[in-house]
Amino acid sequence: MDFNVLLTDLPTLVVVIIGVPVVLAAYIVGGEYLVRQLPDKARPSVRPWIWVAPALLLVTGFLVAPAIGTIAQSFQDKHGTFIGMQNFAAQLAGFPTGGAWIAIRNNLFWLIFYTLFVLAFGLLLAVLFDRVPYESAVKSLIFMPMAISSVALVVIWKFMYAYQPPGQPQTGTLNFILNTVFHQDPRTWIQDETPLLGLFPLNDLALIGAAVWGIVGFSLVILSAALKGIPGDLLEAARVDGAGEITIFRRVIFPLMMPTVVVVGTTLVIFALKAFDVVYAMTNGNYHTDVLANRMYQLLYNSGDFGGASSVAVILLLTVIPVLIFNLRQFRAVEARR
Amino acid sequence: MHNLWLKRSLILSLAAILTAVGCGTSSTQSAGSVKVMAQWTGAEQASFMAVMKPFTDSTGITISYEASRDQDALLTTRVAAGNPPDLAAAPSPTLLNNFAKTGKVIALNDIVNMTDLAAQYSKSWIDLGEPLNDGKLYQVYSWVSLKGLIWYDPKNFQAKSYNVPKSWDDLINLQNTIKSGGTTPWCIALESGAASGWPGTDWVKEIVLSQSGPTVYDAWWKGKQKWTSPEIKLAWQTWGTILGSGDSNVYGGAKNMAATNFADGGTPMFQSPPKCYMHNQASFITSFFQSANASLQPVTDFNFFPMPDITSQYAGAHVVAGDAWSMFHDTPQARKMIQYLQTADAQAIWVKRGGKISPNSKVSLDSYPDPLSKSTAQILVATKIGKYDAGDLMPADMKNAYWAAALQFAADQSKLDSILASLDTIQAKAYTS
Amino acid sequence: MTTIAVASPASSTTARFSPRWLADRLSGAVLHIVVIGLTVAWMVPTIGLLITSFRTPQDIANAGWWTALSPPFKFTLDNYSQMFAASNLGQSLFNSFMISIPATVIPVTLAAFAAYAFAWMKFPGRDWIFLALVGLLAVPLQLTFIPVTTEFVKLGLTPDKLTALGLPPFIPLWLAHAGYGLPFSIYLLSNFFRALPSDLFESAEIDGAGTLTVFFRIVLPLSVPALASLVIFQFLWVWNDLLVALIYVGGVATVAPVTVTLVNLVGSYGQSYQLLTAAAFFSMIVPLVVFLSLQRYFVRGILAGSVKG
Repeated sequence: MDFNVLLTDLPTLVVVIIGVPVVLAAYIVGGEYLVRQLPDKARPSVRPWIWVAPALLLVTGFLVAPAIGTIAQSFQDKHGTFIGMQNFAAQLAGFPTGGAWIAIRNNLFWLIFYTLFVLAFGLLLAVLFDRVPYESAVKSLIFMPMAISSVALVVIWKFMYAYQPPGQPQTGTLNFILNTVFHQDPRTWIQDETPLLGLFPLNDLALIGAAVWGIVGFSLVILSAALKGIPGDLLEAARVDGAGEITIFRRVIFPLMMPTVVVVGTTLVIFALKAFDVVYAMTNGNYHTDVLANRMYQLLYNSGDFGGASSVAVILLLTVIPVLIFNLRQFRAVEARR
Repeated sequence: MHNLWLKRSLILSLAAILTAVGCGTSSTQSAGSVKVMAQWTGAEQASFMAVMKPFTDSTGITISYEASRDQDALLTTRVAAGNPPDLAAAPSPTLLNNFAKTGKVIALNDIVNMTDLAAQYSKSWIDLGEPLNDGKLYQVYSWVSLKGLIWYDPKNFQAKSYNVPKSWDDLINLQNTIKSGGTTPWCIALESGAASGWPGTDWVKEIVLSQSGPTVYDAWWKGKQKWTSPEIKLAWQTWGTILGSGDSNVYGGAKNMAATNFADGGTPMFQSPPKCYMHNQASFITSFFQSANASLQPVTDFNFFPMPDITSQYAGAHVVAGDAWSMFHDTPQARKMIQYLQTADAQAIWVKRGGKISPNSKVSLDSYPDPLSKSTAQILVATKIGKYDAGDLMPADMKNAYWAAALQFAADQSKLDSILASLDTIQAKAYTS
Repeated sequence: MTTIAVASPASSTTARFSPRWLADRLSGAVLHIVVIGLTVAWMVPTIGLLITSFRTPQDIANAGWWTALSPPFKFTLDNYSQMFAASNLGQSLFNSFMISIPATVIPVTLAAFAAYAFAWMKFPGRDWIFLALVGLLAVPLQLTFIPVTTEFVKLGLTPDKLTALGLPPFIPLWLAHAGYGLPFSIYLLSNFFRALPSDLFESAEIDGAGTLTVFFRIVLPLSVPALASLVIFQFLWVWNDLLVALIYVGGVATVAPVTVTLVNLVGSYGQSYQLLTAAAFFSMIVPLVVFLSLQRYFVRGILAGSVKG
């Protein structure tokens, strides 16, 4: 390794170590200084904007403006002419297997399995780990997949799902277990569309499984932090009152963690709707595993169909609305309580 | 007191920002550089840099090289945003053709030496560089590869007294002999992540060219020949005879074909006893043979024969592919570089390092480092009908549907008619832009 | 699963060897078995990758990773030595730090400012802006690449021009990661800030503390667990990012982060893909160190203690 880079890139280093923190601190200190110059009455109406302005500015530039452009483009053809709902009609044609419908169906599967499993498993682990003295060790181990890049995640899961014809030594972990422990023929996890419980295709679940493995650390860490926020004496008091552990979880822990569960749940729902990496790298939507984000990517960068891609993105954005309504209610409820 | 602290920290921080900004050193002026984007990574990147070293040494022009296998997304974004590289090489002309259509790339007629080009390259490569048929050259080719190489293990053939087939009938007979001997004749692997299916499409396009000739082939990739037409359907059915009914000619059948990565496709050929005897793939596959089986040696352990001709009228027809260059910024440095890339000397550097074939007839056959690449180059030189990979010439939507169709057909050959019908639907839309 | 939830840590109140004591011990054992069992099961893919990273491509192609655990033990350091031989590793490691640190500090700081306002200040449209922010989480990043890059080019925020001015070429990437990371950061932090007891703020106001003092002396210290988890996530998302970096600063050796350098070890047909196994562990080290060093902030009582004091 060449440590000369430290010298040649000195300006960058200076900006990173000194410049960035100083600019940030200067902004808020300076902003507050300016607010103080205002008459007493004006301060409360100006101050909030000083605090939210930089965030809103960045979000507007990087997300709001492109989103507005996307909405506009979803009503246009390749040449920018307004064509009404035609892009949407094309995406929503041919129910139940045409257009974007397979992707919508699969996003629904992602929504159910990915969100529920990651949330429930994260909560379970947070509560269990809280009770063992080696908590930080096990937490780090569960967290490890989070630290793996999505490129490496796909490599790992290709090893997990690898297939060799029946009778051959299996090289994939799951098929090896299936073969030696359950004495079953190996499966092609990524290609096999056999529905489990008559509804959920195996390959969809296999893709979701790989993504779940990579994200459980996320819900574990946040939920665990929330759990730590519950005052210990509250739990002690409940125990002294003779409440069972299940009761304590239901009556004390869970209600106090509810706002965090909503945050994690909402984020996971949105992650599920935006699922892309695993599907793109493992099947590219083949074998009926397509999802909206992959479809959008293909329309954008392969077909050059900006209108089609935008309409898929708008469909994706619309599906978030129920989640937002739920959040608004939750938000107002917390507000009302204090 | 408090206010004073605030003021002081404000001044301090402003000063710090100015210092940080002012620290920047002005870049030194040199012979300039060329911004290049391509897909060559790993060992290929090293080979490309070796090609460029004499250029930098003699001209002083440096290469600012950027490689990514997400090139479609990256180049599309850069071009759309008005910040493209000076030169880009793409493994398929689809994307570059689109940029030619929208006027984002520069015609090379006045930049490269057209006389030299005509003298050193076969006409088909120059024609490929003129996708709009307006006499303007938008792409030039530096390295190419030959498709339709059928790999086999000579020791296995010898043990069973199998002979290398000289004709299509020979091939089918050999396949049937192998099968009656109790082994599947073929290894075929279709999985390739986001590009799954392409190895199957190689079969179909090679068959179309050899069976129905260049006119049908050209009409087909141009979207003027329907997928349901007798010629194209026959090509799929011919691939079907290779696969056998219920994919019984292929090791592991449909499941294994779908689940195995193309890189591992040929590996079972070298097991003892062999699981299959033949594997159709371009020349890059040998590096995977050797990585899965370090002891394998070219010629003695693996060799190839070109896919035999199907229709005698079109004998010597081969599907080829290659790396096309386009220019986005007309700078003196970029001009020099693209001129350099067209020379036999430049191309020979990579040829000597292995893995590439040059389309330039001035590159001596002696430059090829091993007997296999030399015979590949010989076939290319002797090619009577050379046609570029049809999939890579189709619009992206069509290409993707073609890849997916190969997966569907391999999974269930009985669905051929509905697969072709849906390809026709996509064909009707994909070419209108 | 119910048995686990019932499990309680040692209860000192019960007499030794009583049936209750025995039941507690047993359920304690069950707890440990379940915790360790789940953790080990979750680690299987990682262990598989770790072992694979010490195997030759020939062994990887022909036998499962578990076969390496029995004799003959054929391990090799080739994958690691080839990875470290990558010419650009030192520079790209430096670049990754220069990208990830500001791309974490900027959004977390700005999110803390904004979240404080959303949680504890009143302003018109507050709830709706907040909801819109949550909704923006769903914007697919791929759609923003072209419009944002177009603006960057117009504003001259390209690596070449910035370098020529003597500024870090990573500025566009910092801003982009900040923009993309802010909705989640604000969402998470304001949820946490909102849960702080309101009497804290009232008593601070009575003491005459200014907004800055309340923010820096009360809100931030009390939110350390939330801030720590946010720093972890933002840092590792940026550290592991490949596409956003390629789009905004590109893959040229002088600016490429570790992810780009490592993924480019593999050939365009996927040759030498086994190097990715070693690369995965190498690039995991830094985010893991960040996680481990911040983990000590996830302890019970930070909040409880300070509220009382």
